[in-house]
Amino acid sequence: MRYIRPLSMEDAVGQLAGSSGTAAILAGGSDLLVRMKGGFIEPDLILDIKAIDGLSEIRETAEGFNIGAAVSCALMGESAALKGEWPGIVEAAKLIGSKQVQGRCTIVGNLCNASPAADSVPALVAAGARALIAGPGGKRTVPVEAVPTAPGKTSLAKGEIIEAILLDKRPPRSGDAYLRFIPRTEMDIAVVSAGVNLTLDEQGVVKSARVALGAVAPTVLLVEEAAEALIGRKLDEAALERLAKVCSGACRPIDDKRGTVEFRRKVAGVLARRAATTAYARAGGK
Amino acid sequence: MAGVAVSTTINGDNVEYLCQPDETLLDVLRDRLGLTGAKEGCGTGDCGACSIILDDRLVCSCLVLGAEAEGRRIETVEGMAHGDTLHPLQQKFLEHAALQCGICTPGFLIAAKDLLAKNPDPTEEEIRFGLAGNLCRCTGYDKIVRAVQDAANVMKGA
Repeated sequence: MRYIRPLSMEDAVGQLAGSSGTAAILAGGSDLLVRMKGGFIEPDLILDIKAIDGLSEIRETAEGFNIGAAVSCALMGESAALKGEWPGIVEAAKLIGSKQVQGRCTIVGNLCNASPAADSVPALVAAGARALIAGPGGKRTVPVEAVPTAPGKTSLAKGEIIEAILLDKRPPRSGDAYLRFIPRTEMDIAVVSAGVNLTLDEQGVVKSARVALGAVAPTVLLVEEAAEALIGRKLDEAALERLAKVCSGACRPIDDKRGTVEFRRKVAGVLARRAATTAYARAGGK
Repeated sequence: MAGVAVSTTINGDNVEYLCQPDETLLDVLRDRLGLTGAKEGCGTGDCGACSIILDDRLVCSCLVLGAEAEGRRIETVEGMAHGDTLHPLQQKFLEHAALQCGICTPGFLIAAKDLLAKNPDPTEEEIRFGLAGNLCRCTGYDKIVRAVQDAANVMKGA
């Protein structure tokens, strides 16, 4: 086993592409070290990306936000600018783990761990966030929902590293929200979750919407029909009813000790409805 | 496996050590440096007994590699007292009997120190939330919360 801490993305990609055996990328380590400890993975190479220039920063650019892959969720919570524009993403990121874990965990790690119950992912999918990927062939950008392909699996090719999460600049009258259900009040894994992102016109009519559900399918679901239930309407009772019904219907959940299929379906509709209501209010809708 | 050479700062002292690439900072502190304040409860970031402060962030040292500490600043429970003078949190934990078996105590002390550094006047709710990453199976938490409140009052007056 080797541990390396490259200083540039080029070096990191080169080392990763040229490695033989199992390689693991280390940012916060809150998933990786637990998997190593449990004997689920024994990497030949641990590539720590935290010393790479710019990866530990949240940058506000002309296009929006660039959240480096090594930015901890705690740091996201301290960014007033990010919280102001994307409160739903920040509240999702802040739900991951304890304060100790918050100081280390990252949204890119959350995405690449590819758990269907990852808290930050539905919020990112709803936001239309993109992942900036560096690889041996150069850089590419994909929607975040294209990264996880199944529980624990991603679409990243050998040598590829997610460098940052990109968020677009917000049009006026936009709001997002994330909610999850857990059987306790804090620090648990989502049984069901929902992220909603809305933009309204001047009359408070929903102009664009994205609705994502977590923990109810092998990967986070982007439910386009749910967005259609909201677009072109104010958030009236009929629209909310339709949203809840569509979301419940879109679920393909498992039955386990944390929730039955029936329960997860029902709660997905309830959470989507509540998240939409919060997102609507945040967008200035009345 | 070749060792990784690390140069870091622990409680204000420059420290150098060699560790294995997969060795946690908790194991380095305890087994290589003799700093046995941080405890291993779960080893998976759930219990907070191994809490330390790394570059002003509260973290579980079981979820940090020893190799990652290069060039960084570590604070452990061993750095809280000044000689024979206990830190106000330590003093108040004693006065309030905020510990029984004591395994979780170093983690609670460090987490409470981090909490008060960022929020010198926390409400009870903020204390409970702030210490939610630390588990105690003896006290029922109430005495710990009282001790932290009392220490906050003392530290504000100082």
